[in-house]
Amino acid sequence: MKATPHESAHLHVAGEARYIDDIPEVAGTVHAALGLSDKAHARITSMDLSAVRQAPGVLCVLTADDIPGENNCGPIMHDDPILADGLVQYVGQPIFAVYAESYEQARVAARKADISYDELPAVMTPEEAHRQESYVVPPMRLTRGDARATIDKAAHRLGGQLSVGGQEHFYLEGQISYVLPTEDRGYHVHCSTQHPTEMQTILCHLLNLRSHQVQVEMRRMGGGFGGKESQSALFCCVAALGAHVLGRPVKLRLDRDDDMMISGKRHCFIYDYEVGYDDEGRISAARVELVSRAGFSADLSAPVATRAVCHFDNAYYLDEVDIQAFCGKTNTQSNTAFRGFGGPQGAIAIEYIIDNIARDLDRDPLDIRKVNFYGKQERNRTPYGQEVVDNVIHELVAELEASSDYAVRRQACREFNTNSPILKKGIALTPLKFGISFNVVHFNQAGALVHIYTDGSVLVNHGGTEMGQGLNTKVAQVVAAELGISVSHVRSSAADTSKVANTSATAASTGTDLNGKAAQNAARKIRTRLADFAARQHGGDADAVVFSDDTITANGVETAFPQLIMEAYMDRVQLWSDGFYATPDLHWDKDTMTGRPFYYFAYGASVSEVIVDTLTGEWKLLQTDLLHDAGNPINSHIDIGQIEGAFIQGMGWLTSEELCWNDQGRLTTHAPSTYKIPASNDCPALFNTRLFDNQNHEDTVMRSKAVGEPPLLLPFSVFFAIRDAVASLAAYRVNPTLQAPATPEAILNAIDSVSTDS
Amino acid sequence: MTIDKHSIWFLLNGEPVVVENQSPTRSVLSFLRQEKGLIGTKEGCAEGDCGACTVVIGELVKGELQTRTVNACILFLPTLDGKALFTVEYLRRMNNELHPVQQAMVDCHGSQCGFCTPGIVMSLWDKYNEYSDSDTRPDRQELADHLSGNLCRCTGYKPILEAGWKMFELPASPLSRQPIIDALSQYCRDSSLQLQHPDASFDAPRTIEELTTLRAARPKATVLAGGTDVGLWVNKLARPVTDIIYLGNVAELKSVRTEQNRLHIGAGVSLSDAYARAVEHYPQLLEMEKRFASVPVRNSGTLGGNVANGSPIGDSMPWLMALGAEVQLLGKGTQRTLALEELYTGYMQNSMQDGEIIGSVIIPLPVEGQQFRTYKLSKRFDSDISAVCAAFNLVLSDGIITSARIAFGGMAATSQRAAACEASLNGKAWNEETLSAARQALAGDYTPMSDMRASAAYRQRTCVNLLQRYFLETRLENPLGEHQTSVFARSEVTA
Repeated sequence: MKATPHESAHLHVAGEARYIDDIPEVAGTVHAALGLSDKAHARITSMDLSAVRQAPGVLCVLTADDIPGENNCGPIMHDDPILADGLVQYVGQPIFAVYAESYEQARVAARKADISYDELPAVMTPEEAHRQESYVVPPMRLTRGDARATIDKAAHRLGGQLSVGGQEHFYLEGQISYVLPTEDRGYHVHCSTQHPTEMQTILCHLLNLRSHQVQVEMRRMGGGFGGKESQSALFCCVAALGAHVLGRPVKLRLDRDDDMMISGKRHCFIYDYEVGYDDEGRISAARVELVSRAGFSADLSAPVATRAVCHFDNAYYLDEVDIQAFCGKTNTQSNTAFRGFGGPQGAIAIEYIIDNIARDLDRDPLDIRKVNFYGKQERNRTPYGQEVVDNVIHELVAELEASSDYAVRRQACREFNTNSPILKKGIALTPLKFGISFNVVHFNQAGALVHIYTDGSVLVNHGGTEMGQGLNTKVAQVVAAELGISVSHVRSSAADTSKVANTSATAASTGTDLNGKAAQNAARKIRTRLADFAARQHGGDADAVVFSDDTITANGVETAFPQLIMEAYMDRVQLWSDGFYATPDLHWDKDTMTGRPFYYFAYGASVSEVIVDTLTGEWKLLQTDLLHDAGNPINSHIDIGQIEGAFIQGMGWLTSEELCWNDQGRLTTHAPSTYKIPASNDCPALFNTRLFDNQNHEDTVMRSKAVGEPPLLLPFSVFFAIRDAVASLAAYRVNPTLQAPATPEAILNAIDSVSTDS
Repeated sequence: MTIDKHSIWFLLNGEPVVVENQSPTRSVLSFLRQEKGLIGTKEGCAEGDCGACTVVIGELVKGELQTRTVNACILFLPTLDGKALFTVEYLRRMNNELHPVQQAMVDCHGSQCGFCTPGIVMSLWDKYNEYSDSDTRPDRQELADHLSGNLCRCTGYKPILEAGWKMFELPASPLSRQPIIDALSQYCRDSSLQLQHPDASFDAPRTIEELTTLRAARPKATVLAGGTDVGLWVNKLARPVTDIIYLGNVAELKSVRTEQNRLHIGAGVSLSDAYARAVEHYPQLLEMEKRFASVPVRNSGTLGGNVANGSPIGDSMPWLMALGAEVQLLGKGTQRTLALEELYTGYMQNSMQDGEIIGSVIIPLPVEGQQFRTYKLSKRFDSDISAVCAAFNLVLSDGIITSARIAFGGMAATSQRAAACEASLNGKAWNEETLSAARQALAGDYTPMSDMRASAAYRQRTCVNLLQRYFLETRLENPLGEHQTSVFARSEVTA
C-alpha cells in the first residue's frame, strides 16, 4: 500500500499539534507541584509544611492524609503510594502536593517544606537485593530438561556474569495531567498516558468514584515508550486530588528533573549464566539467573521479568534450560515498562553467551548464531512450550549477510586493525526474534467505533493511544481500505474512555494488531450494510459489491461513496458501528511459565561496524544495515521510522545512556545535561534500512506485523561490534568483559580486561 | 520612534511588541506560551539541552540581519529588546501553506511524536535561510552539527537529516529580510533599557563606562551575558535573581580584534563568534567548536561568560590556559590584565574584585614551532559536558621543548595547568623517553573525583592517555594523522 504520512505530520511541523499543555486553560486553573523525599529509605518523623502553605499563590497543600480513597497507583500489586504515608522508599518519592495559582509559584513553594526523617538501611543495587533475597514479587523459574546435568557433561562449558544498565524514557513531552471537575461529581481528565482506562480506574479508587464518573481523553503524547503506561497514574491522581479538594481544574506538568527523579525507568539487569555446548558451538543446555532492579515497588516488574524469561532464547533453540528471574527490591524509582519490556534484557544475555562461545572456539560469532538458530520443522519449540511456526530467521540473516557484504567487511576490519595502532574497528551481525501479544491473555482485546457522516466523511475512534508510532494513521488506513475510500476521508479522534470502554494499554507493540482489527471489524459491519443496501438498490449479489477508489459498484452501477452514504442514510441504514477484536488461541500458565503467550513472532537482523579508540574508549558507529520483518506493512514509511528510531534508541540504552545514583541514593543523571540520549551525530552516515519481504503467518490486520518493540533489539550489533573491536587487542581469543552501557569508560575497562587476561 | 527606557521593544514574528510589567527573569518560552498563546514552541527540559524550545533571534549587525537559533527556555525576556524573534508560527504566516522546511519534514517522515519537531523545524529554517540565496546547500555533516542541540527520541534523526537536504529541492521561500531590517532600524534607543519590577531590576547599559559605573554601585548584582547558566538558576534552583546587569547591549564588549599578535575577544561575544574567530588561527579547535555545548547554547552563551563562570568542566579554559590567554578586567576607571590561570582561586571562585567585570579574553596567536591540540572526552559527541578536557601546547625548537603549557578540565576544582608534567618537559627533547617521564609526572598532577560523568580512575587514566595521543600526533618521526588517533576525525567520515 502507498505510504501515507503520519496523520499529524502537517500539524507537528507547524507547531499546531496540540499536546496537553497546549489545551487552552480554563479560567481558574490551578497548578500543582510535588514535594519530594530527600532520603532513600526513611520514616518521616515530622513534617512542617507551614512555609509551603504560606508561600505566595499557594491555595492548598495535600498529603496522604487527604486522600479520600485508596492511596495507591500501582497497576498490579497495590504497593505504590501516590503520596508517601510516613515511609519514604527512594530519593524523589512524592510526599506532598502543593497547589498554587501559577506553575512557578507551585514549584517555588514545593521547596519550602521542613521534613525530618529517621533513616533506615537502603538497598541500592539489584546485587544487594538478591543477596538479601528481597524481591517485589516472588522469583520465577522456567525449566526444560535437566540443564545442570547436561551442562556438566557437555564437551565445552562457559559461565560468567553480565550487567546491563537501565534506561530513562526521555519522552520529549514530560508527564502531564489536566483534570477538570464536571457536573455531578464527574471529572474530565486530560492525561498524557498510554493507558486511559487504567487512569480512570485508579482515579476512581483514589476518589471513591465509579468509572462512569470519569472520562479520560488522550489525543496524543509527545512520546511514551512505555513510560506513560503505569507511570502516568501518580500525576493523574495528584491533579485529580487537587481538583476534588479545590473544585477547580488542576494541571500537573512535571519539570524534567522532577520527572526523571520520580518516574520509573527500564529495568537494569544483572546475569549469572552458564552453558554447555559442542565443538560446533551448539548449545545443549543453559542456566541463567536474571536479577532486575525493580525499584521500591512491583509496578510492572513481574511481567517485565516474564518477558525477559521468554526472550532469553532470542532466535535460538535451547534444548534444556533453567531460567530464573528475580525482581530485586531497591530503594530507587520503581522501574516500569520500556519498549521491549524485558525482551531486550532477556535476549542480550544469550547473545553475549554466543559471542563468548565464538571466541572460545575461534569462530565467527555469526557461525555460532546460525548453528543455534531455531529450526523450521525440528528444534522449533521454545523453552516455554510454544512452537515456532513462522521462522524466517535463516533466510532473513542470509539476505542481510549478503546485502551488507558482511564477510568482506569483517575481513577488512581485521586488516585495518593490524595496521592501526590506536583505533580498532569491529563488526557484528545480530538477529532477533520477538514475541507479539501481551503475556497476560485478557489484555489482548480491543474495541473501536467507526462513524460515517452523511457527507461521506469518516471518523474512527479506538482504544489505542497515539504516541508518535503512527497508530492513528494505520487505523485510518485500515478503515479506508475496508471502505474502499481514500485515507483523506478518514479522521482518527482522541482516545476517550467515554467512547471505547475497558481498553488495554497501548503497549506490547499490539496497538495496530488489536485496534486495527477492531476498527476493521467496525468498518466491515458498515460495509456489509452498505453492500446489502446497494444490492437492494441496483440488484445483484451483496457479496459482489465492490468498494474501491471512493466508489461503490453494485451490479455494474457505480455510485460515488458520499452519494451512496446519503442514499443509505435516507433509507435509514445504520452508518456507524462498533467493532471488537480478541486475539485468538492464546494461553499462558504463569505457574509453570508455559503456554502459547504469543500470537506470532517478528524477526530482524542488523550489521554494525564501529571504530574504537583504545586510548580513551571513545567510539563511533560507521555503518549500520538493518533488515526487519514487519510482515506485509500497512505503512512502510511509518514502519521504517519505527525501526530506525528503535535502533537509535536501543543504541543509546547500550552505549551513552547511563543512570547513576550517588552514595545517598540520589539519581545524579536527572536531566539531559547529565543523561545523554543519542543526538544527531550519533546517527550513522551510512544507515541502510530495508523491510524483509514477508506476510504474517497469522491472520493479522492486512497480514502485517507489530513493529514498535522488536527493532529495539537491532542495536545489539553495535554493542557486539564494539566488543569485537576490543577483542582485536587479544587476537580475538579473549572475551572482553564489556558491560552495558558501553560508555567510553566501560569500553576502556573492557580493553583492560583483555590486556590483563592476555 | 520613541523607545521607552522602561519597556522592552522587539519584533515577534515580524510584528512590533512592547512589553511592560513582566518579571525580568521571565523566560521567552513562558511569555510565548502563556501571554501570547503561541504554543508551537515547547518545553522539553527547561535547561537548554533538548531544543524543543528552539526559536530564531534576528538582530542587526552592521546593518545586516543576522539570525541565530537560541533556546527560549533559558532566555530572559528583556534580552530580546531591539531584536526580532521568530517562532514556528512565523513559517506558514504568508499563505498558510507549509514552508519548504516543514513540507520536507512531512515528505521525509521527519516527525513521529512531533514534540521536538517545532524546534527542529526552527533549526532547519535557520540553515535554510543561510543557504536560500546561494547555489549550494549544507551537506549531511553540516546539518548534523547544526542539529546538535535538538534531541529527538523517536526518529533516530535520519529522516530529519534527509529533510534538511530535501528542503532545498522544494519551491523556495526565502526569508524576507528587508522589512525586518527596516523595523529593527527603528529600534534605536537614546537611553539604556532599565526595568524595575517587584521580582527584579534589570539594567542594560550600552557603554563600558555606564556598565562599570553600575557595577561599582551594585557589586552584588548578577552580571548577565548569554544566560545559559543564570537561566538554570531560575528554572532549576528556584534561586531568586533580583538584580541584573546585562552585558549584551554594550557594543564595545562585542568586538573581536587582532592586535600585536593577540586576538582580543570581547566578553560579550557569543561562543559561536568567538570560536569561529579562534578557529581561523587555530584550526585544531575545530572539533571543540562543534562539541562545545550545542549550536543554540553557543549562540546565546559568551566566551566571557564561560571564563567568568569558571566551571571546572568548562571547555574553553584548558585550551585558553595552554595558549597562555589572559583576561582583561575592567572596573570603574580601572583596567588590569591577568593570566587566565591566575583568575581562579578555587571551585567557582575567582580573584576578581568587587565591581570588576571581564572586558575581554586575549589569546596569543600561533608562534613558530608550536604544537597545539585540545581534546574532549564525554559520553556523547554532541552537546555533552566533558569528563576530561585536555589542552597541550609545546613549542619545539630543533626538537627541543622550549615551552610547555598543558591544562586540563574535569581533573580538579578549576581548570588547571599540569605543573609537574610541564616541568618534566621543559628543555627536553620530544621523544619517547621524555613522554614516559611526562606521563609519570602528569599522573601526579591531579587528584580527580568520581561523578556521573566518569570515575576518578578513568579521568586519571585518560588524562595520561591523551598525553600519549598528543605525542603520537606531534612526535618528530612518523607523527600520526588525526584520522589515526581520533574516531571523530572528519576526513574519513564524510560520506
